[in-house]
Amino acid sequence: MTKKHRILITIASVMLLAVFVFPLWQIRLQAPQYPEGLGLNIWINNVQSLHPHNIQTINDLNHYIGMKAITPNVIPELKIMPYLIILLFVMGITTSLIGKRSLLMGWLMLFVGMAGAGLVDFYKWEYNYGHNLNPNAAIKVPGMSYQPPLLGTKQLLNIRATSIPYIGALAIGLALVIGGYVFYKEKYNSPKYRVVS
Amino acid sequence: MSFQQQIRNIFVGGIAIAVTAFMFSGCSSNKSKIGNDNAAEQVYVPPGKHDTFYSFLSGGWTGNISVYGLPSGRHLYTIPVFSQDPTDGYGYTEETKALFNTSHGFIPWGDTHHPEFSKTNGIDDGRWLFVNDNNTPRIARVNLKTFRTDEILELPNTAGNHASPFTSSNTEYLTAITRFSIPMSKPLGNGRDVPIASYKKNFKSTASFVKVNPHNGEMKLDFQIMVPPFDYDLGRFGLGPSKDWVFFTDYNSEEAHTMLEINASQKDKDFVLAINWKKVAEIAHEGKGQIVNATYDHNLVDPKTDVAKTEVLHKVRVLKPSDLKGLMFFMPAPKSPHGINVTPSGEFIAEGGKLSTVIPVQSFAKMETAIQKNDTTGSISGIPILNYKDVTAHEVKNVGLGPLHNDFDGKGYAYATAFISSEIVKWNIKTGKVVDRHATYYSPGHLSIPGGDSRKPWGHYLLALNKITKDRYLPTGPEMFAGEQLFDISGNKLKLLLDFPVEGEPHYAQEIPASIIDTGQVKYFKLEDNHNPYVTRKEKDAKVVRNGHRVDIYMTAIRSHFMPDNIEGIKMGDTVYIHVTNIEQEWDIPHGFALMGMRNAGMLIMPGETRSVKWEPRQVGVFPFYCTDFCSALHQEMQGYIRVSPANSNVKIVYGTNKDLK
Repeated sequence: MTKKHRILITIASVMLLAVFVFPLWQIRLQAPQYPEGLGLNIWINNVQSLHPHNIQTINDLNHYIGMKAITPNVIPELKIMPYLIILLFVMGITTSLIGKRSLLMGWLMLFVGMAGAGLVDFYKWEYNYGHNLNPNAAIKVPGMSYQPPLLGTKQLLNIRATSIPYIGALAIGLALVIGGYVFYKEKYNSPKYRVVS
Repeated sequence: MSFQQQIRNIFVGGIAIAVTAFMFSGCSSNKSKIGNDNAAEQVYVPPGKHDTFYSFLSGGWTGNISVYGLPSGRHLYTIPVFSQDPTDGYGYTEETKALFNTSHGFIPWGDTHHPEFSKTNGIDDGRWLFVNDNNTPRIARVNLKTFRTDEILELPNTAGNHASPFTSSNTEYLTAITRFSIPMSKPLGNGRDVPIASYKKNFKSTASFVKVNPHNGEMKLDFQIMVPPFDYDLGRFGLGPSKDWVFFTDYNSEEAHTMLEINASQKDKDFVLAINWKKVAEIAHEGKGQIVNATYDHNLVDPKTDVAKTEVLHKVRVLKPSDLKGLMFFMPAPKSPHGINVTPSGEFIAEGGKLSTVIPVQSFAKMETAIQKNDTTGSISGIPILNYKDVTAHEVKNVGLGPLHNDFDGKGYAYATAFISSEIVKWNIKTGKVVDRHATYYSPGHLSIPGGDSRKPWGHYLLALNKITKDRYLPTGPEMFAGEQLFDISGNKLKLLLDFPVEGEPHYAQEIPASIIDTGQVKYFKLEDNHNPYVTRKEKDAKVVRNGHRVDIYMTAIRSHFMPDNIEGIKMGDTVYIHVTNIEQEWDIPHGFALMGMRNAGMLIMPGETRSVKWEPRQVGVFPFYCTDFCSALHQEMQGYIRVSPANSNVKIVYGTNKDLK
């Protein structure tokens, strides 16, 4: 690996730590009687209210349609994910220090795998949250489920839910792009293809 | 068309033109009564937009403060202050009822007159609003973050708390001075049980100075000054150069005790009482004067528990004019003056002459010179009387009949209400010349310009507080809301913009730019900060506890159920306290609590707060209770039952929600 590429991998690894400073994802809810808006910030290790007490309000509203309450401290992913990010960070730094292309490939594969698994898991959680409804709920709309969108906007009864990746996820995405770029360059600019000066 | 027809057409056409011309001339002469051409644009606040000013009006005999938006005149809220409110439980709940304690016992109503903002550097700061009860001498403090009454202080040795509660430049003190002189206990007087006809000998008055804690607004009666038994009417602290002084008007320097409309209107001059409060306070703090016994109640909402508590106080420091040489003076003023106002510059003091046809304007500089020269024309009870000519800058003539109050625009002009001639009169402070006038409908008492009683009037609008309503609105039987009129005073001429009716009979108002108050509003109370001794923070902590014949129900409310909502085991003869905690943490989601047969009151419980109501059942049966504030789509389902059994029954305390009691 070139010096430049090793520096880039160091930068990409450090960028992963942004998830400890910024939320990964943001879900914003709008409804006629909530002009001030409601929302959730999804962190690597927590789900927090966008404005004070929003989780309680969202849980209050959702109990009418039988959705489960969001209780961040019982979501197992939030406990595991921080360690996975630290693992990726340590592996990335190791790769840049040792500078072996095989390590780079291993790191990148793990990274892609984890990012993909994370998104699938998030989608499944949303699906379960929106479909697994209490049969005794006060409000039952035939055929209606309440899965929030993974990306974009969706109208759910009176609530318009918008889901967007936030700085944490964007940093991961950018780190992935850098990793991919370095891998591509390393592969096609390797000594196999050029004369060593 | 025949010639005759043509003549007839011309004739008819002529009449039509004449009638139209008459109608137009009728309209233009009536224009001021209807308003200005573009008035609608100036007072229109589109849906979803906010007014630019808050206006706080006293309700007079409603005992409350009404809040309106300007320029729209929309009624935003009513703050219960001295009057119990059975709809939200204010004054009935265990948390609020102590606010109503006085040395006379529990008093469920009051007569609010003068709302007054706290000030910083002579400018309204919007932290607190103080207001007096004229009837039972008390001052209340309203917290402008919550629009709630947090404190009520009773004042001893006084009656008719009218000239109250005006604030000094940095809210160091509030004033209160006796309107209705009374006999006082020894050593201040000769006892309270004396013949009324012994007024001149036995009746006394005091000027009270209430100190305000600059951090939390808490009030303390610091000292009182004995003053002659006149009827003191209104007061104002000085501003700028005069800020160390306070000025009061009085009528009844005749010292009449019956048929005052005649007997208190005999002398050509009454007085303005000027007191150097700053120096008097220093002297009082040095220990001058006398500590006398007096019983009065101080009611304060504990900021931690949000529960009002009463402290009964027994002492007050009283000073006599003889202790205060050179610090108190009378300035003569034409006949039974009513209002008194200090110009924003602090240089001039203007009264409403009421029974005089002029507005006297005293100069503070002239007053100081007269004091230095010791140029007096006698004294009353040891208080020297200054010479009217020496202290008067000018008399404003042609001010209409029955001038009552002045207010100021900060651009060198004063505006006076003339009650009898029913008009607002604009005059130049420096020259004393009247420059404009405008009819009002009808008979304005007070008037208010935003910040007009401070060093920095925000101006632009003038609110006339009319005392007589008559035909201005759709009639509502013999009694009608009072009518306010909003004027635009940004130009040279007064322009009438809007009429709007208001609750009760406002005696004064205070306006402040909305931006000073709206940003700091409390939207709900944090449950974790709720330290009410009967709070229930979680549904699983809800419970019913019997202790002898007392039963405490710890209940939660959240959309859309109570916990518990089925309760059994209450017996005849029990005293039941129902403590409801609204465990919502969201803006504008109050819950109500109403119980069939409840003789006490309903309750509104704001998110995060606990309110408790006492219930002594008089019938055996099962009594439904429910939420009275439409909280949610399932609000109608937010209900429950309490079973009351005979005294000798063996039904045990059981309770729950979503299960059958066993």
